[in-house]
Amino acid sequence: MENKNDVIEIRNLNKWYGDFHVLKDINLNVKKGEIIVVAGPSGSGKSTLIRCINYLEQFQEGQIIVNDVELTDDIKKIKAVREDVAMVFQHFNLFPHLSILDNLTLAPIWVKNTPKKEAVKTAMDFLERVGIADQAKKYPNQLSGGQQQRVAIARSLCKNPSIMLFDEPTSALDPEMISEVLDVMIELAQEHRTMVCVTHEMGFAKKVADRVIFMENGQIIEENTPKEFFENPQSDRLKLFLSQILSH
Amino acid sequence: MAVYDKIETREAPSSSKGALHWLRENLFSTPLNSAMTLFGIAILFWIIPPFINWAIINANFAGSTRADCTGDGACWVFVKEKMSMFMYGFYPEADRWRVNLAYALFFVVIAAFKLLRKSGLKIAIATMYFIVAFILIRGGFFGLDMVETNKWGGLMLTIVISAVGIVGSFPIGILFAFGRASNLPIIKSVSVTYIEFIRGVPLITILFMSSVILPLFFPEGVQFDKLLRALIGITFFQAAYIAEIIRGGLQAVSKGQYEAADAVGLSYWQKMLLVILPQALKVAIPNLVGSFIALFQDTTLVLIIGLFDLLAMVQLTGSDSHWLGFETEGYVFVTIIFWVFCYSMSVYSKSLEKRFNTNLK
Repeated sequence: MENKNDVIEIRNLNKWYGDFHVLKDINLNVKKGEIIVVAGPSGSGKSTLIRCINYLEQFQEGQIIVNDVELTDDIKKIKAVREDVAMVFQHFNLFPHLSILDNLTLAPIWVKNTPKKEAVKTAMDFLERVGIADQAKKYPNQLSGGQQQRVAIARSLCKNPSIMLFDEPTSALDPEMISEVLDVMIELAQEHRTMVCVTHEMGFAKKVADRVIFMENGQIIEENTPKEFFENPQSDRLKLFLSQILSH
Repeated sequence: MAVYDKIETREAPSSSKGALHWLRENLFSTPLNSAMTLFGIAILFWIIPPFINWAIINANFAGSTRADCTGDGACWVFVKEKMSMFMYGFYPEADRWRVNLAYALFFVVIAAFKLLRKSGLKIAIATMYFIVAFILIRGGFFGLDMVETNKWGGLMLTIVISAVGIVGSFPIGILFAFGRASNLPIIKSVSVTYIEFIRGVPLITILFMSSVILPLFFPEGVQFDKLLRALIGITFFQAAYIAEIIRGGLQAVSKGQYEAADAVGLSYWQKMLLVILPQALKVAIPNLVGSFIALFQDTTLVLIIGLFDLLAMVQLTGSDSHWLGFETEGYVFVTIIFWVFCYSMSVYSKSLEKRFNTNLK
């Protein structure tokens, strides 16, 4: 069970919202450099699961160990995990009162005490990579949704995280902007950064995922390689899900 | 293919543009509206000409004694003669340059703020200014004669009380707002109790308490400056209101902002001060300034504990036996001064809103 390569270990995770059992006995190990796509109908607990990994959600039972640090309510441990785990949100959550550049340099300057010059240089490099360097002085609300999400990805990269969590990064985007965000994510995937992505983009899963996980009602129903997952689904529930999501 | 003739551009019909249109749209849109407009005009006719007659046409401006008040209208000589009392109270005449210097330095600080970018430096300069202004006005250091606070008065005292109240209540209010929004039960309940207690008590009561009841708790002989007590009372009173206004602002910041700040690894204080508070304040600006304007007006209540602010000074000079019966001029003067200050704050609030608006398209 113990594996040196596992950067995320989730053991018997259970979570309730009041009486509602959102996560039921989740077990999941993620290896270094692995790319995992979590799929499933809405309300199945996918987002809740990955939000537990950087402790945006608390859980009642089970263990989550990230880079050998077990998450508890100890602030130091939470901080250690968050410094190494980046998250990209469905609604981007850029800081609207700061320019694009300041959005990127805020955490490096305040959390890691990076000198401002160096932080700006790193930030500009990442903005260059996601193709938004020319907008650095603008404010988030002046950009399109796709651009904002690319900025959000660049922001999460600025602290050089070993693990990246994506919480439905394309769900709030207009259709024509989805591909510009996916392109950036595919590029990241090729760098062998550990990624856990909650997404409905099955094309992305087929292309880059090492493993695809299907969740329903707070449980992991099936997990497999993308090839097996899409071509040879085991459970009826997944078959139905795939037929619905791939039919159009 | 059909052929069409191009029609020349025509003026918009006169009924949908221009002054006439504006009048019809805004003042005479319905019979009730028309009636109210006419009623309003009648009232203005009834008030304004007599006021102009009184304040300007029949008024006396020149002279220096009561004997110069010969007209039927206002006698501004009273205001002119008592001006220094209105402005400085009983502050010694020879030392008034110190107050003026403090005013002048204020504008230097404003200018410096326009030039400087670093907020840390700005806070340092503002703090320095308060220390320097305090030393200048009170004296007792560097060979400046000490001027006891019971000699402070008039507009100067009004400004001192409101400035200290505004600047002091702001950070305290922020802390209580954070406290009320906190997850920690003790901090939360202390904040809620404080805010609700203070908001349930009128300012007059707080002033009485700070000036009459507070000294009972001190050992005999310990003299606690009356102005200082009033300042503490007003600051903590105002802080409760600021806290509620900022709490409203905090609630307007979306949950996603808290999560994003957590996810990038900011600590609680970094998250609150760098991400959440700036957004909350932006939303709260109109209400904050509104509350500061109310505070500026409420400073007149210090009269009841024996401090002579601008309004109290007018009442006092109005009872001067040489000048009986000229309070009206004094009150009109005070009205104008208060209006100028409050309206300036209101205009400043508008410009702040504009400056912090990053929702530009």
